[in-house]
Amino acid sequence: MVAELTKNERQGALVILLALAVTGLAMAAGGRGDPFGVHGALVLVVSIAGIFAVIGGYYAPEPSPDRLDSYYDTPTKFGIIAAMVWAVVGMAVGDWVAWLLAYPEWTFDAAWASFGRLRPVHTSGVIFGFGGNALIATSFYVMQRTSRARLPDQLTPWFVLFGYNLFCVIAATGYLMGVTQSKEYAEPEWYADIWLVIVWVVYFVLYLRTLNRRKEPHIYVSNWYYLAFILVVAMLHIVNNLAVPISWGSAKSYSLFSGVQDAMTEWWYGHNAVAFFLTSGFLGMMYYYMPKRAGRPIYSYRMSIISFWGITFFYMWAGSHHLHYTALPQWVQSLGMTFSVMLLVPSWVSAGNALMTLNGAWHKVRDDAVLRFMMVAAVFYGLSTFEGSFMAIRPVNALSHYTDWTVGHVHAGALGWVAMITFGAIYASVPWLWKRNGMYSAKLVEAHFWLALAGTIIYVFAMWNSGIIQGLMWRTYNESGTLAYSFVDSLVAMHPYYIARAVGGVFFLLGAIIGFYNIWMTIRTASQDETAHNTADHPVTEPAVGVPALQPGE
Amino acid sequence: MTITHDLLVWFSKSFGLFYLMGLSLIVVIYAYWPANQKPFNAAAQAILHDDDDKPYRG
Ligand code: HEM
Ligand code: HEM
Repeated sequence: MVAELTKNERQGALVILLALAVTGLAMAAGGRGDPFGVHGALVLVVSIAGIFAVIGGYYAPEPSPDRLDSYYDTPTKFGIIAAMVWAVVGMAVGDWVAWLLAYPEWTFDAAWASFGRLRPVHTSGVIFGFGGNALIATSFYVMQRTSRARLPDQLTPWFVLFGYNLFCVIAATGYLMGVTQSKEYAEPEWYADIWLVIVWVVYFVLYLRTLNRRKEPHIYVSNWYYLAFILVVAMLHIVNNLAVPISWGSAKSYSLFSGVQDAMTEWWYGHNAVAFFLTSGFLGMMYYYMPKRAGRPIYSYRMSIISFWGITFFYMWAGSHHLHYTALPQWVQSLGMTFSVMLLVPSWVSAGNALMTLNGAWHKVRDDAVLRFMMVAAVFYGLSTFEGSFMAIRPVNALSHYTDWTVGHVHAGALGWVAMITFGAIYASVPWLWKRNGMYSAKLVEAHFWLALAGTIIYVFAMWNSGIIQGLMWRTYNESGTLAYSFVDSLVAMHPYYIARAVGGVFFLLGAIIGFYNIWMTIRTASQDETAHNTADHPVTEPAVGVPALQPGE
Repeated sequence: MTITHDLLVWFSKSFGLFYLMGLSLIVVIYAYWPANQKPFNAAAQAILHDDDDKPYRG
């Protein structure tokens, strides 16, 4: 990896790592026993390891100018593997947390193993670790292909990937030590937030620099979605995390907002995180990998543009549906509700566009589990957006809020849509990236598909049942006008569903582990294959002679 | 100046209304503009045909 950097870039890497090491040292010294100090030490160790790695490769010959004839895909490869590692870790913790809800005594009396600390490890692990790495990796792939331009340099993509993963590790380890700002999906404290801003701005600029080098005059629609994801997440992250630390040596900070303003800012952030992290970026992924894999262009390119603007402008106003029946003014709630219902239109246009793209290629969907992952993703996208628009209606929300129905909705989106489209895109790109004819085992892809689908269905049905029972029990009155059931009664009623959900989670997790194994084996056999045929690991400059050109549609 | 409920409602019913209507109109016109159909279709097709899968240098 260091060998792929030019001399200047190697020097640049050393300067960055040195600066990071100094920062880590200062944090460790200033923070002492505070978790802030522990994170300082972590940053210090990581940067020193990085410095050694760069020095180790410092005198390797510089990459040849031929490199400019190929796309720079090593960062994408790294990002895909990182995404799979986070998938396995994040989902394992998710399933553990699911068992904890069924058997709350399984915390070993240890603070770090409590539900409250492990839950954000799950949510950040899957959303940021798995989802984020997959988005960054595929965006590098897609932006280069659709612009027909190589990444402008070799150092920046590594800065983005390593920096981002450092953020994820700081977040997860922080939760275990009890560090949190108590804002859902924005739990990491101020210093991690500042670091993420730096990484994210560099990512955004990298994207623009690549687009700026493009050959195609028109920017393919996937890039719009990816760019919206990057730009809006930056905005959300900065505003929602405005806070004042209690000292330069402490992890603790206080938000600039308070009361209902704080709640509204948080859910403006939270809902748009759903919109731009869990939706927009993955739609960008879908609009590239699905047509590519199906060998058919998007059904309606126009509609992909119209729904892009629809999603972008409606989602911004929908966040208040998370705060129905709160101190938030009634009209703000109504505004959120209205926009949430309107959101159904662009959402279903996107889902329909995806399914119509497959129309005429159903035989491929039947035979090809990779394409089937993408199809199921589009179906669940349609399902969860319909459900979301429904739940945003105030009287419906009166039943669903605080119940497992929300958790069911979340995972219909997260497992059915986000994870499925990601697995589809990863399975599609691994053979393209490592130059193989296909995955190591098509049977294992098939097994993963069915495990994932079964796991999702079990999970979602368990939570729908549990959630509606819960909601109904909480609003059932007896003749004397008091509540018929105590809270504990509803807990007892949920117990079997919690076990079912945890079993569904095991299915889903097993699928991900199988997927990881399959990807690993594809990579390993790829390198053997290459040495056997003695082809170098860079695309040919001349149109390939004799080597069958890779046809991703196959 | 305090932002009252009435003021916000007035603002959203006037500016907000035209802002969103205008925006929708611009987007639809852009998407359906006849001259744009060629680049759109070309873009939709282009991603399928990158047999020479390498960056452009020029
Ligand atoms: C093996 C698969 C998974 C299992 C077993 C699982 C389990 C869980 C559990 C038990 C909770 C806590 C629910 C509660 O507090 O009542 C949860 C929350 C959550 N999970 Fe998962 N999860 C899985 C996969 C995923 C994936 C892949 C994603 C995202 C891409 C995800 C996103 C979330 C989110 C956003 C929440 C918070 C929901 C809320 O606050 O309403 N999960 N998960
Ligand atoms: C049209 C699209 C959508 C609408 C209108 C919508 C609406 C809603 C509503 C009303 C809630 C419940 C709020 C509450 O009672 O607290 C909710 C929760 C949630 N939704 Fe959606 N949803 C949509 C799509 C999605 C998608 C595609 C995903 C995921 C990939 C998703 C992820 C979530 C998450 C993570 C939460 C839980 C937030 C929390 O309480 O921690 N939503 N959504």
